[in-house]
Amino acid sequence: MNRIDHLFKNKPHRVLSVYFTAGYPHLTDTVPVIKTLSDQGADMIEIGVPFSDPVADGPVIQHSDTVALKNGMTLKKLIGQLKGIRQTTGVPLLLMSYLNPVLRYGMEAFCRDIATQEIDGVIIPDLPPEEYIKEYKMLFTTHNLKNIFLVTPQTPGERIHFLDREGEGFLYVVSSRSTTGMKNAFSKEQTSYFRHLREMNLTNKLLAGFGISNRKTFDQACRYLNGAIVGSAYIKALEQEDDPVRGTRKFIHSIEGKNISG
Amino acid sequence: MNTTSLKVPQEGYYGEFGGAYIPEMLYPNTRELQERYLTILESAGFRKELSSLLKDYAGRPTPLYHAARLSEYYHTNIYLKREDLTHTGAHKINNALGQILLARKLGKKRIIAETGAGQHGVATATVCARMGMQCTVYMGALDVVRQHPNVERMKLLGAEVVPVEQGNRTLKDAVNEALRDWISHPGETYYLIGSVVGPHPYPDLVARLQSVISEELMWQMKEKTGHAEPDTIIACVGGGSNAAGIFYHYLDKPAVRLIAVEAGGKGVDTGETAATIALGLTGILHGSKTYVIQDEDGQITEPYSVSAGLDYPGIGPLLSHLFREKRVEFYTANDEEALRAARFLARHEGIIPALESAHALALLDKMTFPPDRHIVINLSGRGDKDLETILNRDEK
Repeated sequence: MNRIDHLFKNKPHRVLSVYFTAGYPHLTDTVPVIKTLSDQGADMIEIGVPFSDPVADGPVIQHSDTVALKNGMTLKKLIGQLKGIRQTTGVPLLLMSYLNPVLRYGMEAFCRDIATQEIDGVIIPDLPPEEYIKEYKMLFTTHNLKNIFLVTPQTPGERIHFLDREGEGFLYVVSSRSTTGMKNAFSKEQTSYFRHLREMNLTNKLLAGFGISNRKTFDQACRYLNGAIVGSAYIKALEQEDDPVRGTRKFIHSIEGKNISG
Repeated sequence: MNTTSLKVPQEGYYGEFGGAYIPEMLYPNTRELQERYLTILESAGFRKELSSLLKDYAGRPTPLYHAARLSEYYHTNIYLKREDLTHTGAHKINNALGQILLARKLGKKRIIAETGAGQHGVATATVCARMGMQCTVYMGALDVVRQHPNVERMKLLGAEVVPVEQGNRTLKDAVNEALRDWISHPGETYYLIGSVVGPHPYPDLVARLQSVISEELMWQMKEKTGHAEPDTIIACVGGGSNAAGIFYHYLDKPAVRLIAVEAGGKGVDTGETAATIALGLTGILHGSKTYVIQDEDGQITEPYSVSAGLDYPGIGPLLSHLFREKRVEFYTANDEEALRAARFLARHEGIIPALESAHALALLDKMTFPPDRHIVINLSGRGDKDLETILNRDEK
């Protein structure tokens, strides 16, 4: 069984997935950050591949991408760093990348090489589901990789059902009309959108992303959905601490609101 | 060569190029456009209103001018399609007028746009003022400096100009920010894109709206020369909207030679260039699959050109297809060649061209044409905005 399915089977509530940009703040931080996140209780980890033109991302992730690229991070280097990562962590790992770096690497080689390192899935925000199904789904299935689809507050009902039917792993619930970034609290409109999704009785598990930044927003999302994804807020936290281990520990504590040892 | 496959996309694709590679957040917006643009464009009411605005407001048809001294110098017959004489000074107004009518039909209240040289920004600010719609224009911070007169024009027209500080602070970065704005304001906002780029249906939409250039050229050619067709048409290419417009009705006439000139910047091999076809590889940029200047890791390379309107690392998918099908020939002109061509036209014909259009003119120095040929060059814009750049270069 894919680790993502396994995770949701054992922990259907309050799943915390954390995003970070590979190569940020330093080129060699990838493995230490994954290890620390995993040790400190992150349930799933999304490894961002930096891109020169991240149109779906807000200022914090844009900045981390710029720094990571200056540090020399590439998809090739990242896959090299992930060699042997399964000796470090057992949590589900996802790669998040825009389509162009993946196409340059070659979709077949990409799937083969990340599957070899036991990566569990990918998120490619600018690869439309229709295109994925037509061109790449077979390839992903062969390599036991999940491709995660997004739903947004603007997604029409019948399309949500389509995405749920074709979706794998979980559905990434974009919380608001915005690029990635932090919010202090969700509005009534947003929580009723979460509730509406819950009441649709979808097959896939639902994780909220975009705007989850603290205990309050995490709790709000978890009241209706299976968990949430934190990105910009974690990158901000890494920026503010010299020691990534301490920064990560403090951060996870602040989201989950419980004492974590170590 | 199948003519319909040349200019009409099939399910959003010109051969292998095009598509709509957009994040899910933009799905409803682009879907709405895909489903409705052709019906609206082809409706009698839309056509009537657009053609009246093009005539009385934009000043169309633009003249086809026989450049006698240029012809004498180059020993051939050179005609200039005078898009520089339109209201706001470039072909961009053709597209802006069409899209603003479309936006109104779709019930949108707020318009956003990107701009490089500022010509599309000015055109958009103009049509927004004309229609009483709110307008925000994203412009790279470097372009805000080098095309300053156009920034002032946009502000005078009531538009908000947002300088973009990301990346190289030029056109590509302005498109990124406009897309981010669209993601954040999906319902009420219309993205009035300025070139034949972006997700389907924009490349087709903009090409159709710019095709008025070649539509006029067809009867003007006959009227002026007695010849049914020109022998050669030359246009500059950044994203490719003026080229798409002047090539459009000739794509299925193989006897007409079509030439596109890209911005070589400091030289195609210097790394400081915007010559996408010369250097690009197939990739995804701003929602479509097309030639893109990128490195081996799939990162988009920051382009460079003295001309802000051509300073873009991609090209419209239609033009990628026309290159692949060998229907359009591609050449490059460097900064210096374009600047020289601009000064030459000013001195010999009394016309100061935009630095973008000067790249098309620069080809005359690189290629000879027999004396009996009829060459049409798309003079896509006027050079008022470039005075500072040209004068600064003079001093060096």
